[in-house]
Amino acid sequence: MSAADGFLTSAAGPYLAIAAMAAATYLCRVAGVVLMSYVRLTPRITRGLQALPGSIVVATTLPLAVEGGMAAVLGVAVAVMTMSLIRYELAALAAGLGTVALLRAFGF
Amino acid sequence: MRRPTAFPEVRWGRIRTPRPELTIALAACHRETARSGPSMRAPFTLSGCLHGARLCLPLFPGVMIFASAFGTAAAQKGLTLAQATAMSALVYAGASQMVALELWQEAWSLTTVLSVAAVTGIVNARIVLMGASLQPWLAGAPVRRNALNLFFLTDASWLLGTRYRSHGGADHGVLFGAGLALWIAWTAATVPGYLAGALVPEPRRCGLDLILPIFFSAMLVPLWKGPRLAVPWMVAGLVALIAQALTPGYLFIIAGSLAGALTGALLHERR
Repeated sequence: MSAADGFLTSAAGPYLAIAAMAAATYLCRVAGVVLMSYVRLTPRITRGLQALPGSIVVATTLPLAVEGGMAAVLGVAVAVMTMSLIRYELAALAAGLGTVALLRAFGF
Repeated sequence: MRRPTAFPEVRWGRIRTPRPELTIALAACHRETARSGPSMRAPFTLSGCLHGARLCLPLFPGVMIFASAFGTAAAQKGLTLAQATAMSALVYAGASQMVALELWQEAWSLTTVLSVAAVTGIVNARIVLMGASLQPWLAGAPVRRNALNLFFLTDASWLLGTRYRSHGGADHGVLFGAGLALWIAWTAATVPGYLAGALVPEPRRCGLDLILPIFFSAMLVPLWKGPRLAVPWMVAGLVALIAQALTPGYLFIIAGSLAGALTGALLHERR
């Protein structure tokens, strides 16, 4: 243990930390695909997988928007409305970010 | 039934003329596909890669400003330029990189290395679910190709790929192209941020700290496939909000997503 610690405190330490982070992240990237390849796609599993992408999006967006306060909630709302009307991501992104910047400039 | 298409196949600009026995094998695969649903041999084309890269162009300014902000923070925490760039290139997951900077050490021990890896895994656990949702699409492709493709998997490329897939697209190159283009932007923009920290605009001022939630929410619109999904999505949002109040970190993403998928799986059970 002390030999390993001695090695880690040398110049290699930060790079080992980065390598460990990279390995953990890559594991996350492949784990879902690998695990699901062992699961038989029954109709029920398929329905679950169909609901998954939108659920990830909602579960990410909603708490972050609520945490971000009034400006964030309105920015998200404007982005969704713009996207429903124009169906063009760049416009939705610009409208949403613009709303946030504008509201924050006015102190919200 | 759809006939096998995309022959001859273009791979990285090289035209491959199919051999007859290969064509027969592929046709068999396509018949299999028609029965089992998921694509047994989805194409991977250069034009798909370029399409994927084009799809994420709108995100470039936001991604690059965030990578620059990471570079600046890394410089302040005492990382060398090589370390900051290596982290962006190898880890390539913004939130976990920022969190790791908070845990960065002057001197490393086995314990601190393992704990920074564990925290990284927890912050990035949402990617496991993204991979799970991609599995039916990626199934059947060569393992090495998937292994490479998944290295570049990130929130935005996942979402762009999912959208492309939900509109009937099959080309794995789209997912790869989007991930690679964002990786180049992310890694490259770390360097100027590190070197000229003071010049990086404050992300909060232009709302860029919210670029991910705003982009994500806009992409909900094309993912909407009728009211069947409304209940799972609402459950996902509700559970995520509750989990956010009760648990630390980004666990709410996992809790909400799983609740939504579970609801989707259990709904319409009676029919």
